[in-house]
Amino acid sequence: MPPLTPFKEAVDIIKEEGGEILKLCYQCGTCTAACPWNKVRSFIVRRIMHQGQLGLIDFEGEDIWLCATCNNCVKRCPRGVEIIDVMRALRRAVTELGIAKVPDSLRITVKNISAIGNPLGEPAENRANWAKDLDVKLHTQESEILYFPCCIPEYDPGVHEVARATINILKKAKVDFGILGSKAKCCGESVRKAGDENLFQQLAQNNIGTFEETKAKKVVVSSPHCYHTFKNEYPELGGKFTVVHFSQYLLDLIKQGRLNFAKQVNKKVTYHDPCYLGRHNDIYDEPREVLKSIPGLELVELPYYRENSLCCGGGGGRIWMETKREERFSDMRIEQALSVGANVLATACPYCLLNFADSVLTLDKSALIEVKDISELVQEAL
Amino acid sequence: MGGEPRIGVYICHCGSNIAGTVDVEEVTEFARGLDAVVVARNYVFMCSDQGQEIIKSDIRDFGLNRVVVAACSPTVHELTFRRVLEEAGVNPYLFEMANIREHCSWVTEDRQMATEKAKALVSAAVKRVYYHQPLETRKVPLNPNTLVIGGGIAGIQAALEIANSGHKVYLVERSPSIGGHMIQLDKTFPTLDCSACILTPKMSDVGSHPYIELLTYSEVEQVSGYIGNFKVKISEKARYVDADKCNGCGVCQEKCPWKVDSEFEAGMGKRKVIYTPFPQAVPNIPVIDREHCVYFLKGTCRACEEFCEAKAIDFEQKDETIEVEVGSIILATGYDNFDPSVITQYGYGEFDNVITGLQFERLCNATGPTGGDIVLKDGSTPQSVAIVHCVGSRDKNYHEYCSRVCCMYALKYAHLIKEKTNADIYQYYIDMRCFGKGYEEFYERLSEEGVNFIRGKVGEVTDQALSEEEKGKLVVVAEDTLLGSIIRVPVDMVILCVAMEPQPDVEAIARLFNISRSADGFFLEKHPKLDPVATTTDGVFVAGCCQGPKDIPDTVAQASAAAARVLALISKGEVEIEATTAVIDERICSGCQLCPAICAYHAITFDKGKGVCQVNEALCKGCGACVSSCPSEAITGKHFTTEQIVAEIEGILI
Repeated sequence: MPPLTPFKEAVDIIKEEGGEILKLCYQCGTCTAACPWNKVRSFIVRRIMHQGQLGLIDFEGEDIWLCATCNNCVKRCPRGVEIIDVMRALRRAVTELGIAKVPDSLRITVKNISAIGNPLGEPAENRANWAKDLDVKLHTQESEILYFPCCIPEYDPGVHEVARATINILKKAKVDFGILGSKAKCCGESVRKAGDENLFQQLAQNNIGTFEETKAKKVVVSSPHCYHTFKNEYPELGGKFTVVHFSQYLLDLIKQGRLNFAKQVNKKVTYHDPCYLGRHNDIYDEPREVLKSIPGLELVELPYYRENSLCCGGGGGRIWMETKREERFSDMRIEQALSVGANVLATACPYCLLNFADSVLTLDKSALIEVKDISELVQEAL
Repeated sequence: MGGEPRIGVYICHCGSNIAGTVDVEEVTEFARGLDAVVVARNYVFMCSDQGQEIIKSDIRDFGLNRVVVAACSPTVHELTFRRVLEEAGVNPYLFEMANIREHCSWVTEDRQMATEKAKALVSAAVKRVYYHQPLETRKVPLNPNTLVIGGGIAGIQAALEIANSGHKVYLVERSPSIGGHMIQLDKTFPTLDCSACILTPKMSDVGSHPYIELLTYSEVEQVSGYIGNFKVKISEKARYVDADKCNGCGVCQEKCPWKVDSEFEAGMGKRKVIYTPFPQAVPNIPVIDREHCVYFLKGTCRACEEFCEAKAIDFEQKDETIEVEVGSIILATGYDNFDPSVITQYGYGEFDNVITGLQFERLCNATGPTGGDIVLKDGSTPQSVAIVHCVGSRDKNYHEYCSRVCCMYALKYAHLIKEKTNADIYQYYIDMRCFGKGYEEFYERLSEEGVNFIRGKVGEVTDQALSEEEKGKLVVVAEDTLLGSIIRVPVDMVILCVAMEPQPDVEAIARLFNISRSADGFFLEKHPKLDPVATTTDGVFVAGCCQGPKDIPDTVAQASAAAARVLALISKGEVEIEATTAVIDERICSGCQLCPAICAYHAITFDKGKGVCQVNEALCKGCGACVSSCPSEAITGKHFTTEQIVAEIEGILI
């Protein structure tokens, strides 16, 4: 390798794109050791921070696209470096300045979202097809809540059941709710992490406009990713509504006595903390409380749980990128769930559900374990 | 001092600190034009001998009776310039300082704005000093007794230094024996002398010293008064053992049938319910742990009483409060160890053989629970040990500061483990900080002894094995940042070098003694470089780890320094009390008694005969709370009169 010279222009670009905080890094390697990638392959996060400090980033390489934004490194960083912001800045530099190539699968998905508002490239008018037979009305001023399911449960047949179970629960609890139907668009959380700030801004403005138009005051979401951006990012852009994750809402319904469990669910369940519910938003207890309240259900903990949860691999736009079979965190998670003797791996995030369902199939473990959203388990008990 | 005010104004350059930003010539010219200003000059360092001489000769030549110096903060040099006036025969209170450094040149790079602000500050000072009145300081005798709080190495050292010069010391310690954390340690770095061997002689000196009154199992309850004349209430917990009768034979401890976790052994061993924390305790008088004693809980047992030949057990003993009067106070209340169980990924509390540094000290100590054998929970000898640096230190999530001693004691552990077990050692460090005398040499010695150094902060300690070799082991995972690779080391024991942190009740102690704390939670010294032992309260000094993490040599040095400061006060014999106190005009006072209730220093009393309130000037701190509270405006704060403050405001609004 030839001698290197610091490249000031690149340092300035990273700074302009919001990654300046990397200057605080003192190179202890906590991030590398915390990063789930290093359980399956080498990904030296610390080195990227140092390369960034000196402007010696390899923008052409795949490293900057690996980060699944699981927040484990950020939570543990002793210097408070927002490593996700740094990764986002590097991706922005590529996306916005065109200094290198965006991975194909990501580029196509972002194009779909840009063109028709969802990552799958399905027509907008098909968005509420999952609810056709369920007699669900559109949100109006009178509705108690607006239910916002996320593109994945709305379009992906494999995950429809999350939204359908949610609807059934809301009906049983006599909640007056509505949905947006074809007006909804992707929340943009992963788009932003993938580096397309302009598209994120468009999506956010569009959704904020729709919420205002339909007079939505309280939005209940199934996806921790929607939750995260609605709660922490939309307010700065003019969003004036409260957001509640369905696990929180469920617990409230149970506590208020609006849900009556009629059946036993005699299953051994383990709960996987989604990164964006747990580490990003400190919601650890509510999903567990919901599961514990289901009659007959036995809850056991995974080896890595709560703040140490192992990412499924789907955040930061990774859900749309191809991950080699031997490098999937979700495969490890299935093995861990089996190691604690669980016959259900429960979670509360559509991305996690997609990845785990895929892993169960490819590992050929369907006979041993099911993957379910907590709303599905609650529905079984009603 | 009579006659019309004749004011001299002096603008300091402070090298380039002020002159680099403020146009000092322009400010000087401005000052010359102000009312009653006779002379205005600027000079490179007003605080220097030459600078002071300029003021003195101007006082002589121009008949000045007021002086303004525009320079640094009055906390730095107000006393210097007051002395200059005094030496030139002018009352020192006819002086005012304008802070054009900290409040002006240091906070902006805008030369024009800085110059304008400097003018405003000078104008305010000139207007104010016009109305200054000569005031007299008073001197009060200083009580030569000293209170030292905390019986660790810092308190012991300070107490002995003072007592050895023939002055009385009250040494208060909260636990049943003095010795502090140092007596828990095994060897001390880098010389490897045995901690107990060098400390116990000092402890017994304290115990038998004619000038030290040792109050163990005691805590300070209340402090009042001021430098030279503090009144302190100390509560002495009942030991339930008569100290005059007890001969320290230890039979009671042998016969007591009840065991609980020993605080001294840091959870690694047990003690009896009647106990001395360790065999060399000073005083060698046991205490009954009331919380766990079966007699106190259920009314039965009394085994200790039955076997005590000296008839020293006294279940009727009560807590007592004693009151002492002292002139100075040294706080040496020490530190606490960070609890690593909050860093869940390190597995402390989850895995048996993940222990803290202090627990290792006890494990390694010949007087410890294993007799000095370094063993695992199951009694076997470890084949490999990981030592994790910076646990809770240098970490924004816990403590941002460096605990300063961990690198060195981690090296010491490596040496002791090598010596006793020949286990493989892995040190996980971020930066090796071996800055003291002989420390770098010790680091080199350990490299020679064959210790593995891995540069990287540990990410996790896990029992999730990935290979046959890892099964049944604790796997320490980190990035070796020099290799640029994840490294997994299977070991038998993990030692966490936990941060030193402030005592849990540090805030209450700070409030009790009316001193400040720095952002890290430790007590704040008066000046970080030039006055590291004094505090913001006159007469209260700090020593040792209560002021910040430090090793034994630094602690001893600071304790000796605190003792020297106290001895200087004792040697002078009196203290000067500021003249800036409150006075009540008895002709106006309506006797409403609002002010005695407000005064934090108990300096105001109500004279029933006259029907008015009166200020005790010896107690008054001049804080002004009563002045602003008085509904009839009967109280004046000397040196802060309404006239002076209004003039100052008018001056700044030029």
